[in-house]
Amino acid sequence: MNIHEYQGKQLLKRYGVAVPHGYVAFTEDQAVEAAEKIQTDIKVVKAQIHAGGRGKAGGVKIARSNEEVRAYADELLGKVLVTHQTGPAGKEVKRLLIEEGSDIDKEYYLGIVLDRSSSRVTVIASSEGGMEIEQVAEETPDKIYRESVDPLVGLAPFQARRIAFSIGIPKKLVNKAVKFMLGLYQVFVEKDCSIAEINPLVVTKSGDVLALDAKLNFDDNGLYRNKDILDFRDLDEEDEKEIEASKYGLNYIALEGNIGCMVNGAGLAMATMDIIKSFHGEPANFLDVGGGASKEKVEAAFRLIMSDQHVKGILVNIFGGIMKCDVIAEGIVAATEKIGLTVPLVVRLEGTNVDLGKEILRRSGLNITPAQTMADAAEKIVSLVDQAAGGVAK
Amino acid sequence: MSIFVNKKTKVIVQGITGSQGLFHTRQMLDYGTNIVGGVTPGKGGTTVEGVPVFDTVREAVEKTGADSSVIYVPPAFAADAIMEAADAGIPLVITITEGIPILDMVKVKRYLADKKTRLIGPNCPGVLSADECKIGIMPGYIHKRGHVGVVSRSGTLTYEAVHQLTQLNIGQTTAVGIGGDPVNGTSFIDVLQLFSEDPETYAVVMIGEIGGNSEEEAAEWAELHMDKPIVGFIGGRTAPPGKRMGHAGAIISGGKGTADEKIRVMREHGIAVAETPAEIGETMVRLLKEKGLYEDCLIANS
Repeated sequence: MNIHEYQGKQLLKRYGVAVPHGYVAFTEDQAVEAAEKIQTDIKVVKAQIHAGGRGKAGGVKIARSNEEVRAYADELLGKVLVTHQTGPAGKEVKRLLIEEGSDIDKEYYLGIVLDRSSSRVTVIASSEGGMEIEQVAEETPDKIYRESVDPLVGLAPFQARRIAFSIGIPKKLVNKAVKFMLGLYQVFVEKDCSIAEINPLVVTKSGDVLALDAKLNFDDNGLYRNKDILDFRDLDEEDEKEIEASKYGLNYIALEGNIGCMVNGAGLAMATMDIIKSFHGEPANFLDVGGGASKEKVEAAFRLIMSDQHVKGILVNIFGGIMKCDVIAEGIVAATEKIGLTVPLVVRLEGTNVDLGKEILRRSGLNITPAQTMADAAEKIVSLVDQAAGGVAK
Repeated sequence: MSIFVNKKTKVIVQGITGSQGLFHTRQMLDYGTNIVGGVTPGKGGTTVEGVPVFDTVREAVEKTGADSSVIYVPPAFAADAIMEAADAGIPLVITITEGIPILDMVKVKRYLADKKTRLIGPNCPGVLSADECKIGIMPGYIHKRGHVGVVSRSGTLTYEAVHQLTQLNIGQTTAVGIGGDPVNGTSFIDVLQLFSEDPETYAVVMIGEIGGNSEEEAAEWAELHMDKPIVGFIGGRTAPPGKRMGHAGAIISGGKGTADEKIRVMREHGIAVAETPAEIGETMVRLLKEKGLYEDCLIANS
């Protein structure tokens, strides 16, 4: 799960990580009210969307007066920002962070991530702040410093010191930087972060070590024990169908195509998308109904696919292990009885209780095209969708 | 031979009284797996499907002599269950549970570092040695005894691959699901090494997916250390970047972990990567013929 920068900063503050003084604003008036509470001459108006690259896209403004704050707030609220992370459709700005200006002396990079190879949490730091860390890693790998953390000990102060010295934090600010890093690590482990990235971390001329930006992502599997993080969820930032899917515990990701997919298992779901594409079709979604889905869950999944207006055909590909084919079949029948079936449906069932599943579909009298293999299924649905569109099967 | 599990394997089921645990205990018993006990704290002294239930793993091991455990415990308690099994000295722990917090698994891995326990999973379908022993949730009937080993990050793609092989009359030694989480107990390399040492395994199917670089590492390792032919497949060629595709570990981030890159590296290191998921079996047949192993791998000749 992602959260906004201002929410991340609220969280960091609770853990003693220094951040610039600031307030969230949903309206121009709130932006000005916030600006009035900020002492510095310069105020920063920052668009809050779940995507990086806001600065380059014009989503960060420097205001020299409260009037300017109002003008920038007026300009940014409701504006659609297109950054390299939003996709071409961009994201509408609905929240702003109004923050005090900082007299930046130097910018650094600090990130905490999971290193999959070592199965350890790793702190990554660099003297090259403000740049994409991937780019730094590619161009100047010697400017990246790493510390691997023993989970039983946590980030040790000596490691944090080593990082601070390695990236050239001014000596008199090293202790502040260490406190900063230990706090950030604490947030990471206590709140089940998957990424905690401070880019840039700055030292100011007045001798502070501050998080000028904060990108915190959270492990969805840890949310059950972090209800306060769930409160940060901003549904405006998420796809409507993905929200609906998450209510039923379905893994759903909306895509651009017109063939709806319902599959069990993430690997098979990805492979199903791939094979549709290899037959020159376009998947409308990724949907993994998961193991041990109930009839209701399958029904919800089916309704979700059908609610996508781009969907011109549906491919169900099930290889039952933990998932039982008869449950899938019952869910399909229940859903189509309620909402009707207006597009071609190809079903491929294999695995636990497969005969029972096939029997349920057969007896339902629904217009279902059965398929034997994945390739058979993909070929059939692509051709049925093409036919329905009046085109020729490719 | 087979790897990890065989007829002699004595299994306990952690979470045996839960609905998944119970359903799959029945299925495993039907397959002929030697299930000697179950563990559910508070339900010790009862019996499920004729299997005695214990309160703790230690007690289950003492009373039954179990040498492996399969875990169906819910995600919030699964890390603890793995550590309990390791503490009881069980050599093989297979964790089916999906949705364990990643940082729990980071701790578990650290805890296991000085234990003799091998963990497989989590978020995996388990291990099945054809006609001998099934631990986990794989549908048993698709497996036929033979000479191809299967290792995969995805459960359902494991079934897909095994099914294709069986349809083409190619049997298997052992199918191993290593799981779709970013932190797991057993890697591709661990499994490849065991297949490499297993005289009965002549060739291997290795199924990966987007995210991380364990496929690349395995391909490099295999080129140097393994002379058995390998067929590969990578799921997620069409997956958009930055999205977690169901599995916690299946995500392209910062342009890393793409399917195309994995396929490129695997091919570079001599792995025959199937173009589509429907061609995993055919690709294996082609490769076996090329290596003169095809006849030996046919089910009738195994």
